[in-house]
Amino acid sequence: MSMLEINDLEVHYGVIKAIKGVSFKVDEGEVIALIGANGAGKTTILHTITGLLKPTAGSVTFNGQDITKSAAHSIVRMGMAHVPEGRRVFSNLTVLQNLKLGAYTRKDKNEIESNLEMVFGRFPRLKERQNQISGTLSGGEQQMLAMGRALMSNPRIILMDEPSMGLSPIFVNEIFDIIKAVKADGTTVLLVEQNAKKALSIADRGYVLETGNIVLTGPAKELLNNDDIKKAYLGE
Amino acid sequence: MRFISYLINGISLGSVYAIIALGYTMVYGIAKMLNFAHGDIIMVGSYVIFCLMSGAGVSPLVSVLISIVACTALGITVEAIAYRPLRGAASSLAVLITAIGVSYFLQNMALLIFGANTKQFSSVIKMDPIILADGKITITGETIVTIVCCLIIMIVLLTFINKTKAGQAMLAVSEDQGAARLMGINVNGTISLTFAIGSGLAAIAGMLLCSSYPSLTPYTGSMPGIKAFVAAVFGGIGSIPGAFIGGIILGIIEILSKAYISSQLSDAIVFMVLIIVLLVKPTGLLGKMIQEKV
Repeated sequence: MSMLEINDLEVHYGVIKAIKGVSFKVDEGEVIALIGANGAGKTTILHTITGLLKPTAGSVTFNGQDITKSAAHSIVRMGMAHVPEGRRVFSNLTVLQNLKLGAYTRKDKNEIESNLEMVFGRFPRLKERQNQISGTLSGGEQQMLAMGRALMSNPRIILMDEPSMGLSPIFVNEIFDIIKAVKADGTTVLLVEQNAKKALSIADRGYVLETGNIVLTGPAKELLNNDDIKKAYLGE
Repeated sequence: MRFISYLINGISLGSVYAIIALGYTMVYGIAKMLNFAHGDIIMVGSYVIFCLMSGAGVSPLVSVLISIVACTALGITVEAIAYRPLRGAASSLAVLITAIGVSYFLQNMALLIFGANTKQFSSVIKMDPIILADGKITITGETIVTIVCCLIIMIVLLTFINKTKAGQAMLAVSEDQGAARLMGINVNGTISLTFAIGSGLAAIAGMLLCSSYPSLTPYTGSMPGIKAFVAAVFGGIGSIPGAFIGGIILGIIEILSKAYISSQLSDAIVFMVLIIVLLVKPTGLLGKMIQEKV
């Protein structure tokens, strides 16, 4: 049984069918890359998995439990964290307040405290700036905060939506290093990226999404060497 | 000397506006809607106290507590029945118009039950006035209790928001509902809690208002409600310290203009000051421009 299974998912925006029957699965411990052009439906799929959008057909199963109809806030409690597109940190609150909100569903103060130390260890810059208002952080630092905030819920799977978007090359490398480290800690990752090359280089498997359909799937290394993919997404 | 007693009266009236404005500003900040029925919750709370004290002979303290519970329940119910189904509706005007509808509904229900006659509200506060400066300044018990209540509410509310999980959840929801849900925060629950707190405060405001100005009608809540809304905008809507400062300043302006300029013109002056403040600083005194880094 896979950790996360998406079956024949369909999502509509009004009368427009944005996702046209997508199925895929994520196994425990994997990094899965979901790649595709702008408007292919990557973000829509992530929002539907975490309950921010409701599908018109199909199902989402997490740890064997059907979460298709569950509320977003209860899905977090089951061990799924989502780093949203555009980071969406709470920009009027401090770095520390943001991180503590990430642990909103947890009760044990000591565990939260040790998780905070773990996040600070991974993102030393956040520790330095813990009392700074997060709206004043740079884009890369906000991305780190969004990832740290998601890790504060101690998730079993973490969904990341375009973590490299709008960042300088140095930060992009740093962000991908962190994703590798998150995987090494045993957390499963579902990664949505426009930067297909980077995403596939750290992923185990990949899915290619085109206008609401999955058109190609396979081990990440094979996709990296696929001629169609090279032409369409890797700019070679 | 007279100026000082006007000033104290102004602070007292302003404290009532501030307590009402807190309800407006919190609901606006978190649910992004203007709850124009907020003023009428005050009226309902005052009728509850009036009926219990004058009708059933219940002690003032118990009456006030029952009134707070009743208003809290009313606030949660109104939100669940009238506002929640419209959340996420195509137009935010739909909720605004519904709020106006709820306001008329509450007023007309009161009219139906209690009639249009003015009820003589007997003060809840039994405290002797303080006389200062050889009798030149008299501060009534109502004035003192009102100011003290406002200060306590302010401190408790700020502590609640900054120190508790539920308070932090409110801040998160006020900034980004979607991101708040991804943190595991129950947005509907948080909005209910906000309405509960705002309506409970409205009950306290009603008690203080009617103790100082003891005539109670179905329309008692509407003018203070509108002025408290002005106070909230004046201080920067969405900002809790803003509601506090806006309320106090508004009360002082109202009493001083009644005393020195004209009691008929005092409301006009209050609104004129609002217009000037908004022209100079469109976000209100403590309102923040929303900054976002993309």
